[in-house]
Parts: sequence; structure tokens; C-alpha cells
Amino acid sequence: MGKYLDALKKDVRFVEGMKSCMNCGVCTAICPAASFYNYDPRLIVNTVQTHDEEKIEQLLKDDIIWYCGQCMSCKTRCPRGNAPGLIICALRKLSQDTGLFAESEKGRQQLAVKRTVGDNILKIGYCVFPDTVIPEKHPEQGPVWEWIYEHRADIMSKFGANYKGRFGALRKIDDKDLAELKSIFDVSGGSDLYNKVEKYSSRKAKEMHMHLDETNDCEYVTHVMDYNSNTHSKE
Amino acid sequence: MKTEGKKRVWEDYQKEIAEDHYYFQRSCIRQNFFPGSETAFLKILTGELGRDIMDDPHHTTCTGIGYHADIVPFDTTMTVVARHFALMTENGYENMIISCVTSFGIYTEILETWKHFPEVLARARRYLKKATGREFNIPKNVTHASDIIYKFKDQIAAKAKYRLINQQTGEPLKVVEHIGCHYSKMFPSWGVGGAEFPYVLQGMVESWGGEVIDYPERRHCCGFGFRQYIVRANRGYSVANSKKKFESMKPYKPDFVVCNCPGCTMFMDKWQYTISEMEGKTYDEYGFGIPVLTYEEMAGLVLGYDPWELGLQMHQVQSEPLLDKMGIPYDPAEKYKTASGKTFRLPAEPTSLKVCV
Ligand code: SF4
Ligand code: SF4
Repeated sequence: MGKYLDALKKDVRFVEGMKSCMNCGVCTAICPAASFYNYDPRLIVNTVQTHDEEKIEQLLKDDIIWYCGQCMSCKTRCPRGNAPGLIICALRKLSQDTGLFAESEKGRQQLAVKRTVGDNILKIGYCVFPDTVIPEKHPEQGPVWEWIYEHRADIMSKFGANYKGRFGALRKIDDKDLAELKSIFDVSGGSDLYNKVEKYSSRKAKEMHMHLDETNDCEYVTHVMDYNSNTHSKE
Repeated sequence: MKTEGKKRVWEDYQKEIAEDHYYFQRSCIRQNFFPGSETAFLKILTGELGRDIMDDPHHTTCTGIGYHADIVPFDTTMTVVARHFALMTENGYENMIISCVTSFGIYTEILETWKHFPEVLARARRYLKKATGREFNIPKNVTHASDIIYKFKDQIAAKAKYRLINQQTGEPLKVVEHIGCHYSKMFPSWGVGGAEFPYVLQGMVESWGGEVIDYPERRHCCGFGFRQYIVRANRGYSVANSKKKFESMKPYKPDFVVCNCPGCTMFMDKWQYTISEMEGKTYDEYGFGIPVLTYEEMAGLVLGYDPWELGLQMHQVQSEPLLDKMGIPYDPAEKYKTASGKTFRLPAEPTSLKVCV
């Protein structure tokens, strides 16, 4: 055994998801990521199965582990009871723990995920909240969302919501509840993962001569959120 | 004989759904984009069905989108879920209803993990105690909110004011039912009909007079993909997968789409707008797009609730053509009014997707 495989075996999702692969390709046939990206989940399972530490390290540094959309359709269909999607969860965790995520274009995007959904969770207690779906950053949401966003304080109550009130839909999460959430993150490794993603991203930003600060408009965050080398998809 | 065998097999695909006394876990995405749906759900449960349900303001996000976008570790999500079990326990409840399909998938993943790895359960108890001082019981029954509407579908049918029938032709409406991947693809025994014959939405549609369309990409993911949507550079993945579904369903001329996952509902609505802006293309005959409803909105319409209080105007694809088919009256003047009667500037009109003003 080596250090990467040992670490993967400590992740319960890896233990659950990795039985033995016969390379049938059923997972790839059903995979929505494989219909869009140059991507083959079968290859990931097969590579991990070799137990070759160098090859696993290569995976941890590569875009390939970041293409999956975690729909878990592969878990339903694998005739050997593997779950490529779960193996990928474990690889992504390890890639972030070791800092290797910062070596690939798609991996570096984890900072954008941390700065949006990640920070929302601890600051407001929701993954998404109307205030965070800013129309300029979400043109795909269309003019109706723009209208809702602009008048959200007035409009939401028509649908029974209690925007920033004390109970019900869209309530403001109480400070005491937020403090418990933070404490859970501290005790269970959540805060540690956030810190690692920040730390390794800041190292990478320096290496790439890009400015990174705590705002989401800075050069590096904008870069990881928007940059696409257009070398990933099928068309 | 043959039918009996089928019935027996079908029994294997059923799940237990508690009768009453539920603790409710809201959904970030549903509150954000379809708050009227959770309101309707609670109204149906308490008002129409006389059930007891607790809407506790102290629960938070389950962290689900962060978990599946890999920024929140399993142990953290599991401990947040354990806290919700503790709140349920402290309030004297044993049955949990979950509004979000991403959350529901996470709860099933955690409960299954605890079943097979007792040391992980012990760790959840330890972390929760250390972080909050709380302790918890595992719920007796965990359901998605759509399971509950499915269970009471015939009682709802008995109270129906409108049916899923085209009033002009007398024909059943043609419905695309889209089930969120995490409802039963991960742990089939947790869903009505399992992963092979998910019946939770079809059961409602058929009970209320409609007809479900079976099209090639019926079980394909809506394309959310978590990080594939959150990160702007990846959104092509998300829209391309929705497009694959629309192209596949279009020849069957669906009257509407119904989803049990709030994310799928939002994406299948908004990506129709995006595709229309990018390619000038819509997926119905007249350029309005195909309305995408939550199952609570569908139930609410059947029960005669006001479409504007249900929040149908919060969707980008407008539902007036569907309301006309069902014979549901509506007041266009009320559509964009706030609860206090204010009217703001109306939403701008898209370039090619038609809207009803
Ligand atoms: S479906 Fe299972 S056995 Fe077949 S290639 Fe994928 S992981 Fe391997
Ligand atoms: S979970 Fe990932 S690898 Fe599996 S089918 Fe879905 S996108 Fe493909």
C-alpha cells in the first residue's frame, strides 16, 4: 500500500464504491458527464484499481476527476456494485487535502465553490439565498428572476415566505443556530477543508502571478470562476 | 394468476410512508425559487388532510449542494444532519419529511452508511455532542415530501376542483415527469418504485387525470451537476444535458413537465429561456416553452388554489397556456401585484421566448 491508497481506504465512500471493476463501460454509457466532456468514468475506476501510486497521483492532479456531476446514475447501473461517482468523491477530497487540486484548471475552481456556496453555508445558513443569486452573475436566470431579485423584500410574502423574518421560508437563520453550524464545521473537519482550499489557492495564485484577496471580484477568483481553456468537451 | 404475481413484485418496490406527525426539513433551493410550493405543501397537509407537521425555524441547510460540490466533507454533512435529527428528537417527533431531493439523497446516504458502518454513526454522535451538546434518535420514517403527496393522492383527487384534462378536447394532458437523480438512483429501496419504476410522480399524474409520456431520455439527469453549474465556466455541461432531454421529449408534445426536485424544476425552466436566447429555439408549438411545475404546484392547481399565490409567475416559462387547457380562471391584473397590492415595473420580455403579460 502507499500513502494515497491508504488515505482513500479511510474514506467510507471509497470503501462503499470500490469493489472490483470488469471494465464493461456501463457507467460510461449512462454518464451525463461523459456525454458532454472527453470523459470516461470507467478509466478512473480502472486506474484506482491498479493501486499504482504514481497513476493515482496523476489523477489527483488532473482535470478528469472534476468532470463528474455527481448524479450517481452509475451507482444504480454498475453490474459489479461499484459507484464511480463515490470513488470520485473520495479522490476529490484527497486532491484537496493534498493541495493537488490546484494543479488542474478544473480543480482550481474549488476556490470558486468555496467562496460562493461554501461561504453562504456558514454566513447565512443556506446554500443559496435570494441575495446571493445576483442577476449579473446569473444571466441564465432570465428577466423574471431579475424582477424577483429587485423586489424580493416585497414579493416573497405573496407566496407565504417570510423573507429575513424569524420563521418559515427564507427566514433569517438565528445567530445561535449559525454558531452551532460553525462549531460542527470546526469539530468535524469542515473548517479545515475550507482553510486548505484557501491556503493552496493562495500559493497557486502567487505562482501564477495573480492577485488573490478576500473579495470575490479579485483577479484569481474571477479567473477560476470564468476561465475555460475549451479543451474539455466533445464538440 | 399473472396479475397476482405482478402485484407481489410491485410490493417489493413500495416504501413505508408514515401516516401522521412529521418534522419538516425545508429546502434551500425550493425556498429560494418556489417558496409558494412549500407553503402549498403545508396547507395541503394541515388544511386538506388534517395532519400534524412541525415547521422548525432552527434547522439550517443540510449543506447538500456544498457536499456534492465537494467543498463540505462527509463527516461535516453527517453531523449537520445529526443535528437535525436531534432537533426532531427534542421536539418529540419520529418521522421526517424532506423537501429537497439533494437533501433526501444525503439523508439516505448517511442512514445507509450508519447501517453498514456503526463506527461512523458513533463518530457522528461524538462530533455532535462535542460541537453542540446535543443527542439524537434516528428517525423511524424518512420520506421525501413528494412521497407524502403520493400517499394521499387519492384523497386529493376526491377534493379536486380541476383535473389534468384538456377541457377543449376532453383528452388527458400529456405530462413529462422528471424525478431527481438522488431520489432513488443511489438507494433504490428508499423511493416509491425504486430506481427501475419510479412511480412517485406518475402515480399523482394518473390519479388526477393526466397521462405520462415515456420518452427516450426520461431518466437522464437534468444536468445540474453541482460544480458544473456553480462555476460559471462549467455551465455548458448543465444546459447541454437539459437540452438533450428537451430534444428527446419535444416530439411527444408535452403539455407540461413536473419534477420532485427543486433544482431540476429550476434548471428545466431557466435553461429553456437560455436555449431560446442562444439559439432562438423553444420546445412547444407556439414559442411559449413547456411549463415546468413542482408537484406541489400541480397539486395546488388540482385543488383550485390561486395560481398567483402558488407562485407560477416566478417561473420564466409562463403557465397561462396550461391554465387555459385545464379551464382554470386567473386574473392577469393580479399576476405581478405584491401581497400589499403594489405593482412594480413588469419583468422584461425575453428575445424569443414568448411570455404572457
Ligand atoms: S459499470 Fe462498474 S464494472 Fe463496468 S466499467 Fe463501470 S465501474 Fe467498472
Ligand atoms: S455520478 Fe459522475 S461518473 Fe457517475 S454517472 Fe453521474 S456524472 Fe457520471
